[in-house]
Amino acid sequence: MQFSLSSSPHNRVRRDTASVMRAVCYACIPGIMAQLWFFGWGVLIQLILAIATAVVTEAGIMKLRKRAAKHVLSDYSAVLTALLLAVSIPPLAPWWLIVIGTFFSIAIVKQLYGGLGFNMFNPAMGGYVMLLISFPLAMTMWVPVQNMAIYPYDFADALSVIFTGFSVSGYDMTQLRLGVDGVTQATPLDAVRSSLLLGETYSEALQASIFNSDSGFAYGWSWVALAYLAGGLFLLWRKIISWHMPLSMLAGVIVTAAILNMLMPDATGGILFHLLSGAVLFGAFFIVTDPVSGSTTPKGRIIFGVLIGFWTVVIRTFGGYPDAVAFAVLLMNIAVPLIDYYTQPRTYGARS
Amino acid sequence: MIDIKELTWQGLWKNNPALVQLLGLCPLLAVTSTAINGLGLGLATLFVLMGSNITVSAVRHYVPNEIRIPIFVMVIAAFVTIIQLLMQAFTFELYLALGIFIPLIVTNCAIIGRAEAFAAKNDLLPSAYDGFIMGAGFALVLVVLGGVRELLGSGTLFSGAELLLGAWAVDLKITFFVPDNPFLLAILPPGAFIGMGLLIALKNILDPRLEAKFAPKPEKIVERARVTAES
Repeated sequence: MQFSLSSSPHNRVRRDTASVMRAVCYACIPGIMAQLWFFGWGVLIQLILAIATAVVTEAGIMKLRKRAAKHVLSDYSAVLTALLLAVSIPPLAPWWLIVIGTFFSIAIVKQLYGGLGFNMFNPAMGGYVMLLISFPLAMTMWVPVQNMAIYPYDFADALSVIFTGFSVSGYDMTQLRLGVDGVTQATPLDAVRSSLLLGETYSEALQASIFNSDSGFAYGWSWVALAYLAGGLFLLWRKIISWHMPLSMLAGVIVTAAILNMLMPDATGGILFHLLSGAVLFGAFFIVTDPVSGSTTPKGRIIFGVLIGFWTVVIRTFGGYPDAVAFAVLLMNIAVPLIDYYTQPRTYGARS
Repeated sequence: MIDIKELTWQGLWKNNPALVQLLGLCPLLAVTSTAINGLGLGLATLFVLMGSNITVSAVRHYVPNEIRIPIFVMVIAAFVTIIQLLMQAFTFELYLALGIFIPLIVTNCAIIGRAEAFAAKNDLLPSAYDGFIMGAGFALVLVVLGGVRELLGSGTLFSGAELLLGAWAVDLKITFFVPDNPFLLAILPPGAFIGMGLLIALKNILDPRLEAKFAPKPEKIVERARVTAES
């Protein structure tokens, strides 16, 4: 009797790129549902536009590069990039915004570097930063949480606003952005930032109607962040992502926010405010965990995550833009080769 | 003897100072927010390049080899000062728009590069023509990059032509569209880098096609014919 021998590992996880990417897409569902509930149908339309653009762009570039488009498209990475970008931009942003952004993400940030696996920068965040510095006005046009808006919108309104700029009943963005108190609603980060710029202290800024309490919990906005946290925990549980990067990024945010808040309590938010507003929880589980543009060594991943958290809080506090996760991720993407170089693990048996 | 065809091919395409040698990138990326800014700086560089090439070529036998670089730099600096004063006198607004990048032409490596690599070894006329065509190649890239960025960023072409060419040129401005949200990336520095990268990529795509068409064919070297047949 003959036994055939194969080399280790024997107990493999049968998991390819496509199934990982799909799992990450599924993990976004709670966050997307929360966004749909609080911010209306616009999110769904942006998602459809983004995914369509991403697939068309990727197929077009594959054609230019004379590669088989079907194989590349079926790994779902373009869909995931489009999805991450679409949930980051204002739900009622004009249609060309998401189209330009997704095209830039796929064509310039991803495919020009050689496609999946070769891109230095996170494609979704590259596209997001491009949009943010190119169209700063359109990128801040967030609608208020829908049950706190004077003019909530329905699906037909969303289509109409995205493609024509006016809702079916003729309201434009200025009116759609009014909250029940008749004041234009900004994002929590924007609200705090603009009142800090007016010379108010942080605790005064938290009196704005957008916040429920002094802790910095903003109704709607923070629920969306928590929904993404739930999706992220699902990814951790299924071992799709390792704990290194998300936890170290959150630790970086917490420590930096604690120190800065202790040094100058009037000028920056507390720990809870920094964690629950903006893209921190979303970024920690869905953005920094990108396996391509992040660090690859275990020690390097921790350094990478901590520094992203650090830069996020520092840029939020001292920089020119209200949120900073995208900038922090791109900054650290540049540093990845250096981090990887200095954190190469010791080969088993070799002397250090 | 001037091989005009070869020099032209080298300056405008094969050895283009901006696209291939990647020299003088600082002004190239900084001032090309509009086509006219690019044209202004391109013409200034062309003038300096021609002047310095002629002068360097004329004095090349009298310059001690050991101190040639400082002397070349002095020559270039003199021409840059001339062009700076001329622009200040005749195109004052363009002078203000280009700002520090006019005096910085001195540090443009393309100029000292041509002085060292070509003018210091060749006669007056070929050097003059080399300066002209290299400058033209540089200016061409500046104008194209400026035009692309202007078109994407503000939807116009040749806006501000009157700053360079006089009052009649106001009508040269072509407005393609008036963007509600200007595409700021194209106007900001990152747009220059990305645009430059795309231009170089375009050149690399076109290279094989143009090479076949326009490149001066190397003369056929007739090797000695084989007289004895292999047996």
